[in-house]
Amino acid sequence: MIKLTTVHIKVQQPGFQTTVQDLGRPGYAQFGVSASGAADRLSLRLGNLLVGNKPGSAALEMTLVGGTFEFEADAVIAITGSDFEPTINGKQAPMWSSLFIYAGDILRFGATKTGARCYCCIHGGVQVPRLLGSASTHIMTELGGWDGRALKKNDVLMYNKSELDSFVPVRLKNEILQSLSAREVLRVTYGPQMDWFTDEALDIFSSSAYRVAEEANRMGLRLTGGTLERKDSKDMLTEGVSLGAIQVPQDGQPIILFVEHQTTGGYPKIANVVSVDIHAIGQLRPRDEVRFKFVSIENALSLLSHQESLINPQSLIPYHG
Amino acid sequence: MAKHPKNSVFPRLQFASDRSLLVTFGGSISRRHHLDVRRLCLLLETDASLAIETVHPAYSSVLVSFDPMKTPPKALEAAIEKMLERIDSVKIPEPRNIEIPVCYDDEFAPDIKDVSIHNKLSVEDVIRIHSSVEYLVYFLGFSPGFPYLGEMPKQIATPRLATPRVSVPAGSVAIGGSQTGVYPIASPGGWRIIGRTPLRLFLPEQNPPVRLSIGDLVTFRAISKNTFYKLAASEQGGNEAWEKKISYEGRVRL
Repeated sequence: MIKLTTVHIKVQQPGFQTTVQDLGRPGYAQFGVSASGAADRLSLRLGNLLVGNKPGSAALEMTLVGGTFEFEADAVIAITGSDFEPTINGKQAPMWSSLFIYAGDILRFGATKTGARCYCCIHGGVQVPRLLGSASTHIMTELGGWDGRALKKNDVLMYNKSELDSFVPVRLKNEILQSLSAREVLRVTYGPQMDWFTDEALDIFSSSAYRVAEEANRMGLRLTGGTLERKDSKDMLTEGVSLGAIQVPQDGQPIILFVEHQTTGGYPKIANVVSVDIHAIGQLRPRDEVRFKFVSIENALSLLSHQESLINPQSLIPYHG
Repeated sequence: MAKHPKNSVFPRLQFASDRSLLVTFGGSISRRHHLDVRRLCLLLETDASLAIETVHPAYSSVLVSFDPMKTPPKALEAAIEKMLERIDSVKIPEPRNIEIPVCYDDEFAPDIKDVSIHNKLSVEDVIRIHSSVEYLVYFLGFSPGFPYLGEMPKQIATPRLATPRVSVPAGSVAIGGSQTGVYPIASPGGWRIIGRTPLRLFLPEQNPPVRLSIGDLVTFRAISKNTFYKLAASEQGGNEAWEKKISYEGRVRL
């Protein structure tokens, strides 16, 4: 019987938008409740794997600029996602490996050098009350996570103190890291209203570059680029929307619907990002360029199957460091 | 229902993504399509073998999300086609009749005058017409517990606000174009607010976390401000706590 001791992390600086996230609360869309969850699920899952957690343990998701955290007691952590130049007590901390934190240590993250999001996973998970079975924050409706909001200065987070003696430090194999490199081309399958768009629109969509607008958040990413014209201007009945759907309102500019998307929508959907690339959406920053490529569902699922095979303990190797 | 005799396009099955299938019964809002939606949802609920993650009904469609690593898409499609073949035989439970108390007083109804002026009616007429009808809950969506209701009498239809409010208080009853609904939690909103209910429509501590269900028949009943506060107190567990939360500018927390 392991005795758990709850201890604290003091938030000295919260960062731009830092929230508690896990893999979300799917299955409640019929009640109007978005699944929410980590914007880059792949990085969250790998981080949890590195610290010996269940895949869906709650972690900290940081956006564009990370925070500064003071640990009251020992912890095993892992830092995944984009490089926010993490340091422990001022010394550079390696990513994609389990790390020991000692009582009193200061963990600091800066501004991103690469993509939009960085995850800090803690052995045992961040402890927050669960809402509908999940620790995820849905910022738009102020539900879940840490009081339904992003962290603020002087917030106190709870976790369970780790017994460092019993932990074997591990890191992610290099070849796995290589396969996680950033994607500039998001693969997509056909959307339910694809036939509402002109041939020219489909051509523009699948061949030109779009830019992520400033209005990009966990609910959706507005894109600017070639206008996508419809064959006619009829209205659509409100219907359920899937994660990664690319909807096109009247102005012809596509929007990628993301983890906090409203469960229903009334705009036509030209395409849907494939499951295997959803995590890449979570790393897109405003002004990043993105392109789309249509693939078959069979192709999409074979890519997914391969990615899934990488998320297991065989992808970890012990290290001393 | 099987296939419509004149139009064999419906019911239409399309993959909306590599992990979701959209079943569409028609291109219009109708009670008939709604019943087909309900029947399919009932059949899907009873199935445990297809690794279904979410069943999302809407006006005339159902979006079924599933784990494609556990159930191949073709297998799901075949299973749903089989369900559609026997859909007519599915019995829908009797609808529940739910009464929603609404205070239409000025304090809670900043847009009711606009609605009355736009439709050349008195405020009393607007209240009377709005609360005279039995509404069907077509489905829930947009925000937690938000009901898509039909059909609202055309006499009180009013266009949405040109600029949506940053925050609409929880419980607000509103009109948007030819539709009416209730905002269960505070959220941005462009509909015209004509009243407020003291009832909580989103109940995150419960399962299911909502007061209204698809298929319910809802009526609105006008109540006084006093009754509003009394009911709110028992809903929210404290009159004071509720009063603090009333604000059109700030966020109203549950």
